[in-house]
Amino acid sequence: MTAMTEAPSALTRLGRLMADNPLLPLTLLLFLLIGVLAVMNPAILSLFWAGNTIKIAIPLAMLAACQTLTMLTGGIDLSVGTVATITAFMTATLAPLTGVPPAIAVALACAVLVGLVNGFGVAICRVHPLIMTLGTALIATGCLLVYQRYVIATGVLIPDFLIWLGTGRSLGLPNSLALFVPFAILIIWAQRRSGFGRLLYAIGANEEAARLSGVRVWQVHLTLYTLSSLIAGVTGMLYLGQIKTASLSLALPLDLPSVAAAVIGGTSIFGGRGGYGGTILGALILTVLTTMLTLLQIPEGGRRILFGLIILAVTALFIRLTERS
Amino acid sequence: MRRWIEANAWTLGLAVLLAVLLLATKVIQPGFGATGLDSLARAALPFALATVGMAVVVIAGGIDLSVAAMMAVASVTGAVLMAGAGDGQALLAVIAVLALGIAMGTVNGVLIVVTRVPDIVVTLAMLFVWQGVALLILNAPGGGAAPWLRAMSAGGVALPGLPQGLTDWLPRGVVFLAVVTALIWVPIRRSKLGLRLYAIGSDPLAAFRSGVPVGQTRIAAYAICGLFAALGGLSVTMSTGIGEPIPGPYLLASVAAVVLGGVVLGGGRGGILGPILAVFILRTVRMDLTMLSVDPNVAAIIEGTIMVAVVMFGAILATRGRKA
Repeated sequence: MTAMTEAPSALTRLGRLMADNPLLPLTLLLFLLIGVLAVMNPAILSLFWAGNTIKIAIPLAMLAACQTLTMLTGGIDLSVGTVATITAFMTATLAPLTGVPPAIAVALACAVLVGLVNGFGVAICRVHPLIMTLGTALIATGCLLVYQRYVIATGVLIPDFLIWLGTGRSLGLPNSLALFVPFAILIIWAQRRSGFGRLLYAIGANEEAARLSGVRVWQVHLTLYTLSSLIAGVTGMLYLGQIKTASLSLALPLDLPSVAAAVIGGTSIFGGRGGYGGTILGALILTVLTTMLTLLQIPEGGRRILFGLIILAVTALFIRLTERS
Repeated sequence: MRRWIEANAWTLGLAVLLAVLLLATKVIQPGFGATGLDSLARAALPFALATVGMAVVVIAGGIDLSVAAMMAVASVTGAVLMAGAGDGQALLAVIAVLALGIAMGTVNGVLIVVTRVPDIVVTLAMLFVWQGVALLILNAPGGGAAPWLRAMSAGGVALPGLPQGLTDWLPRGVVFLAVVTALIWVPIRRSKLGLRLYAIGSDPLAAFRSGVPVGQTRIAAYAICGLFAALGGLSVTMSTGIGEPIPGPYLLASVAAVVLGGVVLGGGRGGILGPILAVFILRTVRMDLTMLSVDPNVAAIIEGTIMVAVVMFGAILATRGRKA
């Protein structure tokens, strides 16, 4: 904040520094928010609180991975919340009937199916991803409601290992890190080093150029959206273990915040720029923000207003700082 | 003549589809008549108004994800202002709500232009903001609507010079929609602003270099969208008699109808009539499914599948057209 009052040349230099290291301003912002939180309520800061924040942020960060990957190509996946909800609900309701492993297999198969439909629409029919994924989300929600009427009597069983993963702690840290750390490393590796990751950036930067250089764009899109749904499905299971109830709108509230996390993390919605590291910080920032707003005891309406304004302010500031001109 | 048909092929196709669907409705339920048409028009009205607003923004090359939330704000503001008010006050309330709609849209537009944040992100953030505003104004459904406003959405319209038998078949919802759209959109379309909206939609840089004030035009597009969202919110209050702070399913439906109506996402092409026809097609399909006593959830699946299939088909056609 002090940088804003300095001379313009310093501001430009700061902007350049931040453009080169986009994670720097985000980390600063995160610590700034935690600092404000500490001033508001000094008792809140503890290892337990940190663990809790990380635990809550992980499902959001995983769903935001779907947004990051799709946004790198200039797309978006708005069906992730629905897919996560479906896999969670199906796992919980099928488990008492068929046992846990088949239930998980069927649930993940459903997730992959939604992803394939998304991929088919985006890759082969060339529908705008926003429309395509909203549409499949609508259809999938309808299917879930029909399905729900047939299983209402079977009861719900949440597998123990999902509860361990979702709510347990080892050495003060949430167990979900055991899933998330390898996941994050894999995504960051895939996005930076693998050929698939490079293709995502190439398509996002200039799809026509990528096509002319011999990239089979439709194959990349099909894989990408299937992968995105698969990630969403796994997230749904983790979330099921965390929330410990099977509801029909379990992960839906995470849908738009997952986009917000990726955007705050500096991934361009037009493609070609960004990365998963920023997104993880974005998810943490959003989670700390939510805690802050809850702590202020603002009514629901006011909380939403602040949430929206903060997303807007952070994105605007980020664009200002990282723009080279 | 032939050229006109070719230029409007998509809209004409939609009109034919709507006619076929209405005939099918008559076959499914022989009793379908003026009252059925009236309730269809009433159900379609908020969807149609949201769609017109969305269409204007999409033509100008943007998208407005906050349209449903703005409708909620308009709906609760109208309901709170009109609760227990006299006829004159209610008229003032309606004017206030419309002004509020323009103001909300202008805020969206100004934020997009000033912050240079992508429109999708700005309107996503404003979706939360307007939702919050609606909840602060009215925490639960409530308020009221003036009787004359409620009467505007139901029943036939008596037009001078037309036989009673014909006017019974003209639902007030349709007339309301036609009058409002004609009063707002047609003058804009014919003016410099209309041309500028299409210009910034098809190529902002070219528009800028031809002297179009791109920022102002973009703000105007969002303001128009806000105005239609306010009308849509009022029409919700009009048909239910109360204000509804939780936004309805208007966002996805309006985007789908805009695309189905032949407006290209990305801007610059399409009109307003196509999207309106698309809204009525989607509503008629929904009504037919209800008449066939299909489970509402299954109906939602079918409706969604139709929307997605049509959008896919349209996209394939668009790709073909570009290659040829």
